[in-house]
Amino acid sequence: MPELVKVGMADLKVGKAPATLISYGLGSCIGISLYDPQLKVGGLLHIMLPDSTQSRANENRAKFADTGIPDMLDQVLKLGASRGRLVAKIAGGAQMFAFANATDIMRVGQRNAAAAKEVLSGLGIPVVGEDTGGNYGRTVSIDLSTGVYVVKTIDKGEKEI
Amino acid sequence: MSDDVASLSATQMDALREIGNVGAGNSATALSQIINKRIDMNVPRVSIVPLGDVPDLVGGPDVMVVGVFLRVYGKAPSNILFLLPKESAFYLVDMLMGKKRGDTQKLDFLDESALMEIGNILSGAYLNALFNFTNISLLPSIPALAMDMAGAILSVVLIQLGQMGDHALVIETEFKTDDEGIKGHFFLVPDPGSLETILSAVGVG
Repeated sequence: MPELVKVGMADLKVGKAPATLISYGLGSCIGISLYDPQLKVGGLLHIMLPDSTQSRANENRAKFADTGIPDMLDQVLKLGASRGRLVAKIAGGAQMFAFANATDIMRVGQRNAAAAKEVLSGLGIPVVGEDTGGNYGRTVSIDLSTGVYVVKTIDKGEKEI
Repeated sequence: MSDDVASLSATQMDALREIGNVGAGNSATALSQIINKRIDMNVPRVSIVPLGDVPDLVGGPDVMVVGVFLRVYGKAPSNILFLLPKESAFYLVDMLMGKKRGDTQKLDFLDESALMEIGNILSGAYLNALFNFTNISLLPSIPALAMDMAGAILSVVLIQLGQMGDHALVIETEFKTDDEGIKGHFFLVPDPGSLETILSAVGVG
């Protein structure tokens, strides 16, 4: 039985095959994976907010796209991953409740997705799979043996990105 | 420690528990009158928990729940989230709509509307009691409803708190009908700045 590693909210885990990294019940949060297909190492990061500089509490770097992604990159490089081979996938960023006058914080899902892509592009890591937006929750996992990133939902089924 | 909630005294926690008690007591009475069943409630839990652990209070982040969310406006802005396991929500709809237990298998527009109204009534009752206790007048927004994974629904509240800290202060009460057919969790989650306002209003600021 391959190891199943849980990634909590505002949390980051890295590992190597045959482990699977999984994060349950993402709403507006984003699950960002990095993967080196040749060495079969990677990581999964569960961010809540786009930007640590906009926040009063930024000690937990895995909470934010701008600090969590570089930290995950460092950790997978330490496991031997090659920066040039790394690919990223992202999922989440929903808006769970529809309000007519949705405030910025209600639309944080969209901003999270945009920030994640911007940070990844700044680091030169291609985003090869994406499933963001909508108004539903997602459980996401990445199988480090294959790099397959599975997105499970309650009403919209399951898909691989 | 940047979290203002992590440093509350025992007296302050007691005061918050009492607020939860009075508020939820009033809500439970309202719900009991609507469905004509006895409602038991536990002593409110006032917990300060790491944000990521909040979904565990209702059984884990991937448990399927129905959530009614209301934003609370006024001098102590807060969020209210009324969470019901899927089966409880369906049974509540059966009762509200005069159907047989087990008839509701999914929620249509009218069912959702009925559950939102329940969220509305419970919140109104809760906030009224809070007003009598603290003299802070608070108004709920119109309710919004989602049926999904608990973690995804709670993230709406947790992300707001996440901007200010890494812990959540939740005042949580569990409701049960005496036949155990309905179980629900009522969360009042004050915005970080609101806590001070509430505590000073009851003289333990």
